[in-house]
Amino acid sequence: MLLRHTPKEITPRNALTINPAKTCQPIGAMYAALGIHNCLPHSHGSQGCCAYHRSCLTRHYNDPIMSATSSFTEGASVFGGQANLLDAFTNIFSLYNPDIVAVNTTCLSEVIGDDMVQIIKKAYDEKKIPAGKVVIHASTPSFKGSHVTGYANMTAAMVSYFAKSTGKKNGKVTLIPSFIEPSDMSEIKHLAEELGVKYIMYPDTSDVVNGPMDGKFHMYPKGGCHKEDIEASGDSIASFAIGKLGAYSAAKLLDTQCKVPFKVVDLPIGISATDDFVDALRKVAGTAVPESLRKERGQLVDALCDMNQYTYGKKVSLVGDPDVLLGMVRFCRDAGMKVLHVVTGTPPTGMKFEQHIKEICGEDVIVHSGLQVDMFLFHQLVQQNKPDLIMGNSYCKYICRDMDIPLLRIGFPIYDRIGQSYVPIMGYRGGMHLLLKVLDIFMDRQDRDAAEENVELIM
Amino acid sequence: MNEEYNMPIPGEEFKEEVLNAYAPKLAKKRGRQIVVNKVEEGDAVPEILANTRTAPGIITMRGCAYAGCKGVVLGPTRDILQITHGPIGCAFYSWLTRRNKTRPTSPDEPNYMTYTMSTDLQEDEIVFGGEKKLMAAIDEAVALFHPKAIGIFATCPVGLIGDDVHAVARQAEEKYPGINVFGFSCEGYKGVSQSAGHHVANNKVFTDVVGLNDTAKPGKFRVNILGEYNIGGDAFEIERLMAACGFTLHSTFSGNSTYDEFTSAHTADLNTVMCHRSINYLAEMMESKYGIPWFKVNFVGAEATAKSLRKMAQFFGDPELIAQTEKVIEQEMVEVSKVRDDVKSRCDGKTALNFVGGSRAHHYQEILKEIGVTTVVAGYEFAHRDDYEGRKVIPTISVDADSRNIEELKVEPDTTRYSPRITAEDKAKREAEGFAFSDYRGMMADMPDKTLVIDDCNHFELEVLIDMYKPDLVCAGIKEKYIVQKRGIPMKQLHSYDYMGPFAGFKGAINFYHEIDRLLNSNAFKFVKAPWDSAPELTATYGVNA
Repeated sequence: MLLRHTPKEITPRNALTINPAKTCQPIGAMYAALGIHNCLPHSHGSQGCCAYHRSCLTRHYNDPIMSATSSFTEGASVFGGQANLLDAFTNIFSLYNPDIVAVNTTCLSEVIGDDMVQIIKKAYDEKKIPAGKVVIHASTPSFKGSHVTGYANMTAAMVSYFAKSTGKKNGKVTLIPSFIEPSDMSEIKHLAEELGVKYIMYPDTSDVVNGPMDGKFHMYPKGGCHKEDIEASGDSIASFAIGKLGAYSAAKLLDTQCKVPFKVVDLPIGISATDDFVDALRKVAGTAVPESLRKERGQLVDALCDMNQYTYGKKVSLVGDPDVLLGMVRFCRDAGMKVLHVVTGTPPTGMKFEQHIKEICGEDVIVHSGLQVDMFLFHQLVQQNKPDLIMGNSYCKYICRDMDIPLLRIGFPIYDRIGQSYVPIMGYRGGMHLLLKVLDIFMDRQDRDAAEENVELIM
Repeated sequence: MNEEYNMPIPGEEFKEEVLNAYAPKLAKKRGRQIVVNKVEEGDAVPEILANTRTAPGIITMRGCAYAGCKGVVLGPTRDILQITHGPIGCAFYSWLTRRNKTRPTSPDEPNYMTYTMSTDLQEDEIVFGGEKKLMAAIDEAVALFHPKAIGIFATCPVGLIGDDVHAVARQAEEKYPGINVFGFSCEGYKGVSQSAGHHVANNKVFTDVVGLNDTAKPGKFRVNILGEYNIGGDAFEIERLMAACGFTLHSTFSGNSTYDEFTSAHTADLNTVMCHRSINYLAEMMESKYGIPWFKVNFVGAEATAKSLRKMAQFFGDPELIAQTEKVIEQEMVEVSKVRDDVKSRCDGKTALNFVGGSRAHHYQEILKEIGVTTVVAGYEFAHRDDYEGRKVIPTISVDADSRNIEELKVEPDTTRYSPRITAEDKAKREAEGFAFSDYRGMMADMPDKTLVIDDCNHFELEVLIDMYKPDLVCAGIKEKYIVQKRGIPMKQLHSYDYMGPFAGFKGAINFYHEIDRLLNSNAFKFVKAPWDSAPELTATYGVNA
């Protein structure tokens, strides 16, 4: 047994986190920054933070993840990181020539108290930042929130640094996705395009971290939202925060700063959540749902009804990040599955997370979130009430192997399979992929476990 | 004098091109870290600047002291319960990501390899101190896991807010007398790379763990292997070979290891050192305190493996052991030679760049050579001058502010346990006969003249190297992997082995030959260029022409 020391009985813990169901803020900020075109993320802290974040994202995407670091040593930690950051700007702009550098802080630079606004101003004053180039920053100490809030903070920084209102609306809708896969960002754009909605989307990591192999290395791949578009989002007619925890701060700030009204929607996973998103988007933009989307939707409904007996009543336990979990439980309920457990290590501050999950799944569902809520606890819960399926990141495989439960890899990080960056789970087409995966799992199990006389040719 | 390698473009030209792109101060420093190799009498090589800070803003391959301490040295041990004291990230990223395999001897034996533990410090604790939370975390861990030993690893903010992990460790030991609790001051900002963390780890393991139990493992020819971390099962293969030859493997630091093996490691007869950079401190300290001699071994590559096993057998001088070792080598080499010759017929003449660690950039040159692949540029990520130039330069290495922050322990012979395994006269006699102890001749002495040696190679330089030298293969780590592969050049991760292995020993060599054959000769990479990219524009074959 790989997790032989995890007892079934739950004892309260107030200090020790075991096998976390979250990671730290800076990695989320780095990921968000990759969603700006021609932008180099920069980690203001020790080398290790940047190395770990790049490694983690690289293993998840199997694509280059570029970021620079302030490479703090003991001296910088005592005297402050200003000199390091100023040097960093000189080296970055001369060697890597980005248009934008997006700096995220770390626990180290936050504890020292580096004043980022002052340092960046000094860098402009001393011409360390060449004309036409821009530096933005987000405060992302690792001792607060999680990777999802780090993503939210960097996304809000995009608004704060760039979004401008000229007083003249441009007729576009701004789409702000939470920490999701590039494939899903593409799918959200596809929905908007089919609806005929003119949109601006940021962050947009599609065509950045899922680029093709073309025999060249592109330091700044062709994807990513252009700075001019982020600026123009200040003139958009409305914005959508798609996934509350990851996108609300940016949408709210866009409202405060540029008077762009916003709407918060769940991530469009499954039929009902995608319907909600499409319906809301069509109303804001004043467009009709085209035949193409009706067909995508109709096919998904068709598949769901045709195969409902294989998902209906199946028990499922989920661990991951709040926004994705909310979307996933909606999909599970669409398919008639019974959700047993929903666990996240991210403190879903201000989200009414538990309430929202219970509204979708009913009062019986067990929901845990926040400090000392981790995969150790998740494993204990699963031991107490064994599900037919676990949905979560790659670390779930140890639980699944010990308990012989199938795993659907959803969330972050996924180190041991590929596909999440290419194949969406959102929108109607993504819903079809997701449903097919779930069906394959349940039906393969049925084929494997059925008594010989009960093996069915036709299913 | 080494053979000259005919570089298609002289190394000096590469050097000039990259230095021109740097600001003057940085150019001056990098100029001392990029060296064109030339080996002279007595393995004299040009001086290289190493173990020095990476300039801020540079996209570096390096990590931090925490990664070197928790990730590299202690991580592979299965039954020391490891608690990371700090915010959540550090424990998360070091959770199972280095693929240190471990194989408990029974289902009841403790194995914490699949667990990562953290105090997940929050803002309040950063402000008011986190020691109480650390102590509470230890209480909770003890109640759940009942470990024999607990290691506490400090992260960046812990050092700055003044939490004393050592004081908490002492407190915990008083509270739990049966448990050995020890702390590591491996804050990420210490030193200039992972290397600082290795040293911190060595020191603590030496002072707080090794020497606690005087019961020796039964068996003859008792050997420790230092600096073998069982990535991809390398240690399993080495264990197999050692048993076959007749050695008793006492303990490995730290692949597939246990706490108990560490505590009695001082009873072994010989220390062999695999990864010189990460663990030479422990070998030196164990010799000073307990009188255990050490020498360098290398189990990467069939020739190197045979040479290392022979040297170990020769050390003990037992005719039966020597004969059995020869027999094992002979048996193993049958399959090795067959595969090697076959693979070499397809790989001969290819070139590689090799940027890894503090040993592998050297070790893997030898195995690549066995199948005809020449490493034309190599460098370490976190090594010191002695790893490049050999231990003979240690007295001349200047100590800078960053290395001064890492404690150098003063070690005296143990009053009761010091017992030189061989007499000074015997040692001197053997050395005179060419048997080297406490040796490492460094990477450069083994590289052809005119090849390039680059310390702390960065992204920018890697790109220029690929443009100029157009290697057939690049070896480095995960961060570099896809940068190289997007260009259509196969890339081999030599930290994690791309989730394969073992690559050590004879079976490992066979695996590695096959793997390089796959990378250089399989169909996959041939599709990078589409057929229409190389064909001229055509008019439509079935076009509707008037």
